[in-house]
Amino acid sequence: MLTKRIIACLDVRGGRVVKGVQFVDIVDAGDPAELAHRHARGGADEIVLLDITATHEGRGTLLETVKRTAEKLFVPFTVGGGIRSAEDAAAVFDAGADKVSINSSAIARPELIGEIGASFGAQAVIVAIDARRAKGSSDPVGEAEVFVSGGRKVTGLRVIEWAVEAEARGAGEILLTSMDTDGMRGGFDCELTRRVSEAVQIPVIASGGAGSAAHFAEVFLVGRADAALAASIFHFGVTDSRALKAEVAAAGVPMRLPC
Amino acid sequence: MIAVIDYKAGNLTSVVKALRYLRAKDIVVTQSPEEVRLADKIVLPGVGHFRSTQLLEDLGLTQATREAVSGGTPFLGICVGLQWLYEGSTEAPETLGLRQFAGHCERFPAVFEGLELKSPHVGWNSLEEIRGDSRLLAGVAAGSFVYYTHSWRAPLSADTAAETVYGGAFTAAVERGNVMGVQFHPEKSAETGLQVLRNYLAL
Repeated sequence: MLTKRIIACLDVRGGRVVKGVQFVDIVDAGDPAELAHRHARGGADEIVLLDITATHEGRGTLLETVKRTAEKLFVPFTVGGGIRSAEDAAAVFDAGADKVSINSSAIARPELIGEIGASFGAQAVIVAIDARRAKGSSDPVGEAEVFVSGGRKVTGLRVIEWAVEAEARGAGEILLTSMDTDGMRGGFDCELTRRVSEAVQIPVIASGGAGSAAHFAEVFLVGRADAALAASIFHFGVTDSRALKAEVAAAGVPMRLPC
Repeated sequence: MIAVIDYKAGNLTSVVKALRYLRAKDIVVTQSPEEVRLADKIVLPGVGHFRSTQLLEDLGLTQATREAVSGGTPFLGICVGLQWLYEGSTEAPETLGLRQFAGHCERFPAVFEGLELKSPHVGWNSLEEIRGDSRLLAGVAAGSFVYYTHSWRAPLSADTAAETVYGGAFTAAVERGNVMGVQFHPEKSAETGLQVLRNYLAL
């Protein structure tokens, strides 16, 4: 039976895993390669590494980090942050990534989705969408808006329409982050996830708001997510997903267990 | 020498990395029919469109592979590499497969048993009905999870070595003598995948 995936996300800056607490403080949470392996050994179904510096100077450091992380990692490995061209993507694949995640660069130039897919296959292209409910609208979920630049800049795009277009342009998966729930540990935006998941054929990865096993179960069962991603709940020594997965499985969600 | 055939379809890095990790010696990433003829083992990875296998015919690699496998060289096709072992695929009807196994690869149905079926099939799914005599899957228990990402699939036949169920059962692994294929990605399937590659390297 096809299982739902639990994805561990590592935010990386300057070659180190970092974690924002209350959106401000950035705390050093360790070495990306070491943490990725601990997550994989601990039962995570997939690893995502997001470069949050994504500056031009930082690219060399990132590729080195990707290479080191991928060396002995035998679960799917996605890299995102700062990928602006098919050449940027090729460099990340060469360093050992299986998929890339693109966000603002796909909005700036949607052709990029197909360009990367043409060389590396659609399955290798994840389009990440930062979403916020449209406050004041009669349909805040249906009219949820796409943001870029860490949620600071509104794009004028509607989340559901952009997800459908990304699929049509050849995206292999959608990574949907709710800016409303992100970092709050109060649960995923299940309604938004469900609406996006029903609008597209490709898998939807829910992100933003994970705080407990019940939240994961809810986003799979109610939100119809195919995968769910979390960063903060895995940090600071908590790299074992098995207990989490056992709880989610007990709620009736197929999980890869034992793992 | 292990010939990993490069036909410009996707990313070979992960497969080569996994083989190296398992201490495979003398891995050559190649497009040369000569190297394929001389190889001790052949690996055909692939994530991409079935059409991209046309390059194998164009470069003379299809003929070289046919000769090598009929001479007994072990062959492992991964993902599209497994599909290529069949007669063809509806994904690219004009492109012929190696025709080692009967049947055509077809797309997952949009609806299965009245329910909408998402496609591609992405994620970890379990191996079922593992054939006891499979050398490739030796030591792999039924129910073990492996990682998939694909929209086309090979039909079941007597050569099916393991099945996976998604919109009905399809061939997860195929094996007859020295000719083998897996639809899943052993290089991305944690310990179970490494066991499959280890079995192949030990042949």
